[in-house]
Amino acid sequence: MMLIQKPIRAVFVRVEGLLDYVFPHAWNPLYNLGALGFFMYWIVAVSGIYVYIFFDTGITEAYGSIEYMTNDQWYLAGIMRSLHRYASDAMVLFMLIHIVREFSLDRYRGARWFTWFTGVPIFIFVFLSGITGYWLVWDRLAQYVALKSTEWLDWVPIFGTSIAANFVAPDSLDDRFFTLMIFIHIVAPLILLLILWIHLQRVRKPIINPPRGLAIGMFVSLLVLSLVWPATSQAPADLSTVVSVVNLDWFYLGLYPLLDYWSAGSLWAAAVVVFGTFAIMPLMPPLKRSPAAEVILEHCNGCTRCVDDCPYSAIIMRPRSDGRAFIGEAVVDPGLCVSCGICVGSCPSASPFRKRSDLVSGIELPDYMLSELRAKTCKASDSLSGGTRILVFGCDPGARIGGKVASLAAMVRMPCIGMLPPAFIDWALSRGLADGIVITGCREGNCQHRRGVDWTNARLDRKRDPQLRRRVPRTRILRFWASPVDGKALDKAITRFAESVSQLPEQEKGRTRKPDLVGASDE
Amino acid sequence: MSNVIKYAGQALVYGAIMAMLGYFATAPAYRTFPEGYARITLTFSHGGKPEGGCRRRTAEEIAKLPPNMRRPFDCPRKRVPIFVQLQVDGSTVYEASLEPAGVQGDGPARVYKGIRVAAGPHKVTARLRDSERTEGFDYEREVDVVLKPGQHFVVQFKAEAGGFIFQ
Repeated sequence: MMLIQKPIRAVFVRVEGLLDYVFPHAWNPLYNLGALGFFMYWIVAVSGIYVYIFFDTGITEAYGSIEYMTNDQWYLAGIMRSLHRYASDAMVLFMLIHIVREFSLDRYRGARWFTWFTGVPIFIFVFLSGITGYWLVWDRLAQYVALKSTEWLDWVPIFGTSIAANFVAPDSLDDRFFTLMIFIHIVAPLILLLILWIHLQRVRKPIINPPRGLAIGMFVSLLVLSLVWPATSQAPADLSTVVSVVNLDWFYLGLYPLLDYWSAGSLWAAAVVVFGTFAIMPLMPPLKRSPAAEVILEHCNGCTRCVDDCPYSAIIMRPRSDGRAFIGEAVVDPGLCVSCGICVGSCPSASPFRKRSDLVSGIELPDYMLSELRAKTCKASDSLSGGTRILVFGCDPGARIGGKVASLAAMVRMPCIGMLPPAFIDWALSRGLADGIVITGCREGNCQHRRGVDWTNARLDRKRDPQLRRRVPRTRILRFWASPVDGKALDKAITRFAESVSQLPEQEKGRTRKPDLVGASDE
Repeated sequence: MSNVIKYAGQALVYGAIMAMLGYFATAPAYRTFPEGYARITLTFSHGGKPEGGCRRRTAEEIAKLPPNMRRPFDCPRKRVPIFVQLQVDGSTVYEASLEPAGVQGDGPARVYKGIRVAAGPHKVTARLRDSERTEGFDYEREVDVVLKPGQHFVVQFKAEAGGFIFQ
């Protein structure tokens, strides 16, 4: 699977990088695919309600009413119709890219299985909603869609009579059919909305609205497209003739030509195999699943910060079980934990300054204890011998430093930059472990663990607990959010930062670091 | 990068997305049926005669039945398969024995078959057998038609209308 994921991921990283040049990070469309899909849903819903006001459910009336909207009331109903179509297409486009991107990021298994699994019916209902919409126009495209869809459905031996037989002759169809189709066309999106809600149940603080600027840009673009290239109908349906050439909407109907080449049974088999594969993909074992975070009750004061910060809703609070005078204690659900360590970074006990006990936090990653992070930091500091020493705290999915800066910078990595307690920065600078600190992680808006970059920024900006202390000189801290392909840019930034740090007056160091600190606690 | 270039870049991205949406919403056109051909569709849903035939009930038997079930004939549920044949210009283009629907085999048999033929004059013959006979047909109809390119010629069957209907 990695062989498929890696090249796709590489393409995404490149394109995301290009988009980062022109969009503010938070507006990058590729970082907002799910939210854009939601936004399109609302545009489709609102425009659909307006279009429905003028829609007549009848064999001849349906086409006529849509022609009225397109030609006579083009300035409003026509635009609404175009928005309805193009936003629907955009929803499919964003959804497909969203699926491919999440797959390439390996966000479909392990703790994320539920979100992926519930995405499968979303896919089906999006297409059901769109295809029934095309049916309602009752033009040549609708005739084609109706015949091909029902010929495919007829293969399933659960219908008493052939559904396709309703579309072979002008007198075989009646108005009630349109009543049925409009019912499906309204109910399917409502069910879709319900599944979307379920889809996000395991995502903490999901982003369902794109940033305002991106939303405005996308809506205005759709509006311009609707004016410049309005959606129109094809010739009216005529069941006495065969549809020979049809202008397909390739977003929704792109697979329909297969019905001309494959048998209905083969296509059913393909559909079952494809959707079945998608549904069971989460059963594949995670590439590397580290042990879930563990609460060290002795050091947990029940502050709830880890509960607030966990992007996967993997931590809950429950009444204290050890009799200590705190209201609650944190409990980790191992099934939901992805071992990102963001909870460790949020814990007020995660302070490397601790003197009277071993460095143990209230919540820890068994595979990467906080004491290990401190030991690695000391080791990295020891490896620095140049005039200006830069310590780089980075995350596994982000950029790495190159050999060019090896003489002045050393890197300490962790699963997510959100694992870094701000106290570590204070400690490293005040103990003279480095002259400057670089904090790096995934590109903003594109954190592998959703919130690591956001929470780190907020903690360093003193907008979220645990906050970086005021005494820490901000001139000695650089934040640089970068993807794995931005290694050179990171090196350049470090070089520039080292130069600027070298211009600063020598910092007041706190205590001199004890030589035996590596791997041990302070006394 | 200056703001002007950034805004221009954003406009380019939005423009590319919209161009993609606008184009693929209707293009490229797809030919689903070849030029110079017409289509004949054979479609109907029809139940064969009860297998084994019906037996007339005696007056005593009828009297013993509940009032709502007093029918003069006692028929088995299972129906015979329907044999259907469609010929164009004397060549058999479709022939099948259609099993009745339902677990008990008491539902109608159904067929839906599309056949592509070159446009022009054709002799279309439809035959159907829905009884227990093994030779010959219970219904047959033949028609000479001149099919135009793209015409959809439908062959249906309605026993109550006397047999095959050509449209």
